Amino acid sequence: MNEKREFTTPSGIPRKVFYGPADWNGSRYGEHVSDPGVFPFTRGVKHEGYRRKLWTMRQYSGFGTAQESNARYRYLLEQGQTGLSVALDLPTQLGYDSDDPRAEEEVGRVGVAIDTLEDMERLFTGIRLDEITTSFTINATAAVLLAMYVSVAKRQGADLRRISGTIQNDILKEYVSRGTWIYPVEASLRLIVDTIEYCANEVPRFNAISVAGAHFRDAGATAVQELAFTLLDGVTYVERCLARGLPIDSFASNISFFFYTHSDFFEEIAKYRAARRIWANVMRERFSAQDPRSWAFRFGLVCGGSTLQAEQPINNAIRVAYEAMASIFGGASSIFTAAWDEPFAIPTQQSAELALRTQQILAFETGSAEVADPLGGSYYVESLTDATEREVLALMEEVEAQGGMVPCIERGYIQQLISDEAYQRQRRLESGEEIIVGVNRFRTEDATRKLELFQVDDSSVHRQIESLRAVRQRRDEARAKRALEALLTATGSEENLMPPLIEAVESLCTLGEICNLLRGVFGEFREPIVI
Amino acid sequence: MRIVIAKPGLDGHDRGAKVIARALADSGAEVIYTGLRQTPEQIAATVVQEDADVVGLSMLSGAHVSLSRKLIACLHAQGAGEVPVLVGGAIPPADVETLRALGVSDVFPTGSPLSEVVAAFMRYGRGGPQR
Repeated sequence: MNEKREFTTPSGIPRKVFYGPADWNGSRYGEHVSDPGVFPFTRGVKHEGYRRKLWTMRQYSGFGTAQESNARYRYLLEQGQTGLSVALDLPTQLGYDSDDPRAEEEVGRVGVAIDTLEDMERLFTGIRLDEITTSFTINATAAVLLAMYVSVAKRQGADLRRISGTIQNDILKEYVSRGTWIYPVEASLRLIVDTIEYCANEVPRFNAISVAGAHFRDAGATAVQELAFTLLDGVTYVERCLARGLPIDSFASNISFFFYTHSDFFEEIAKYRAARRIWANVMRERFSAQDPRSWAFRFGLVCGGSTLQAEQPINNAIRVAYEAMASIFGGASSIFTAAWDEPFAIPTQQSAELALRTQQILAFETGSAEVADPLGGSYYVESLTDATEREVLALMEEVEAQGGMVPCIERGYIQQLISDEAYQRQRRLESGEEIIVGVNRFRTEDATRKLELFQVDDSSVHRQIESLRAVRQRRDEARAKRALEALLTATGSEENLMPPLIEAVESLCTLGEICNLLRGVFGEFREPIVI
Repeated sequence: MRIVIAKPGLDGHDRGAKVIARALADSGAEVIYTGLRQTPEQIAATVVQEDADVVGLSMLSGAHVSLSRKLIACLHAQGAGEVPVLVGGAIPPADVETLRALGVSDVFPTGSPLSEVVAAFMRYGRGGPQR
């Protein structure tokens, strides 16, 4: 520590030796900070903090077939997990069936394969959708997965007005950093507005979008960039919904957010506190939302990601524990603590269990969850919250001055800013200016040799393909054909695509058939090449 | 020296690929980055078309063994079998030898120092020394 010449947060905000009343004196407490549960929600969206309801412990999980993933979900629920988070394989995220030649290497690898409604039904065998909330990390194909989820809920006899959960459904950040885009920007935005409108009317407790900064962050963005770009994406989606004619208060509370908590403890806390304040102001002042629920910035997050290291990997459990603590001081609604072995593979049952226990220890042993925003009023935390807010607003203004997120993404500007940061950070690590324990300091040799890692069972790919082909064989072909034709017709109108999508999945049209049809109509996004 | 950096398969995590591409460009190489979701056939065609001295693949989805095998077959089929292939990404330790046995010249799992990766590209790009 004492060899550092300059003390700043990773976003470059200067850090003083200590903070006092000159940095923050509480004189604007009422309007600028306020009590928990009170506008602008700097101290949290709930007055009672975590007392009535802890954050949701939601471990991202899924692999192989629906049956195998269902077994993992039931295990996690038995261990005290309180919500589900479905990891989908790349073919599902990109709209390819499991027997598509482009899918061959990837079926069931980074998540579960979902080809038809029957897979979705198997995924939730023995799990009531009106008793649990489920989050899907799904974007380009989110509308199709939502259609399947809604259909499963209906088949279970659940009341659609009571089921709750989240589809990520945030395509803008996919163009920048996560890469699971399919269609061009405008077509994707239409699908997103369709899902938001559909949920607002039919599934009002479902979050139709989770605007995600997490992936900017993991691609290299600083905390300030992560927050600024995410809020701007949120603004873009809100504007598109308003342009459709949706009243702001009819959908604003269906928007949630998603982040990474990285390693700098106080900067992360300040990021979340600033986020709530900025969003509340944007919603009330810029978009004239009247309903307090529309002002409330609710978010889930991941601890881990690119802060996890392949060297001395058990250390990752410690990193994640600190990140989880910062996350609850930041007021997260749901938390996914990644397992220590994720730099190599998806977690084993044992490492997944330890990751969940990390949150349970935090919740039940440390006392940290009993007071709302315990760091509120700290000279340092309030001052850092203010500084973060200033930096984020300045960056938002800069991007809006260039036309906002859509044109800045299309010409690769946001990608360039993030890749610049990633490269600078790598150089700081190479030079030793920034230290990561076990990586560029305190190294030991061969620490990773004897890991027991999770192996995807290759036979599950064959089972998946067989069951997909069996569905195609036995479905009512005429009904499936009619459903696809109706969907095609709807794409040429201004009609909401959710009802024809639901009919298509209920007719057992496959994800690939539906997405290939949409590819034919909408075309595909062309990636600007930026390094 | 001409280097192709490629993202095969469906994986969209390109931070590593871009950081490596940039470091190689800073070291004086001409770098062609393919962008996402390239098939092995497309990558091999790029290698031939760009007359690359070495090709680097970045993969984080777990599909690295089969994709590397396919790329090497495609390079041979397109008459570029001699171009060294380097692989980086989320590669479990046990797969490193498997990849080498397929004909991958070198493997850089997550966390490999940039300087080592760059040095390897430069070494293989100049035609050796092969290990």
